[in-house]
Amino acid sequence: MTFRVGDRVRVSDRAHEGHHRTPGYLKGRSGRVERVHGGFTNPETRAYAGDGLPERTLYQVLFGRDELWPGAADRTYVDVYEHWLEAV
Amino acid sequence: MERAVHDRGAWPTVEPIDRSEHELADWELLTDALVHSLAGEDLMNVDELRRGIESMPPDEYERASYYERWLYSVETILAEKGVLAPGELDARLAS
Repeated sequence: MTFRVGDRVRVSDRAHEGHHRTPGYLKGRSGRVERVHGGFTNPETRAYAGDGLPERTLYQVLFGRDELWPGAADRTYVDVYEHWLEAV
Repeated sequence: MERAVHDRGAWPTVEPIDRSEHELADWELLTDALVHSLAGEDLMNVDELRRGIESMPPDEYERASYYERWLYSVETILAEKGVLAPGELDARLAS
């Protein structure tokens, strides 16, 4: 599934055996796509001597002040691969 | 959901995080250079470096410094690929 700037997304709350780039503190949290970085090789297979293909789209996602830590002063931007995002 | 020892973004800490700059020892600079050389030779990429670090037993991970974790991973990945023979490093260090 592909997303566009402005789309609301949720980070998939699933376990993953092995290397992946989705930090635990984001899982299950919702944000908004700020930027589409484009396609990049997949670290989940490159970490095991694979070629990382097919490329996966990487998005910059903005998480609002109260989404991760209630009362926090900062917004948080994190790059998340497409296959870890769900439409809200 | 249980999080692995390396997945520590947003973990509370007992003490404030030390953000001061510090001098790197020669072996740390060499470790950095080694990893970049291995990448240049297509022997090891950054995702493998991360995976090797993440494979550390949690107590070893906690004890190790930043570049000690890199060295652990280099040895793990190169042994796995057969670039290093079993016992090769220990034999070289003992000689």
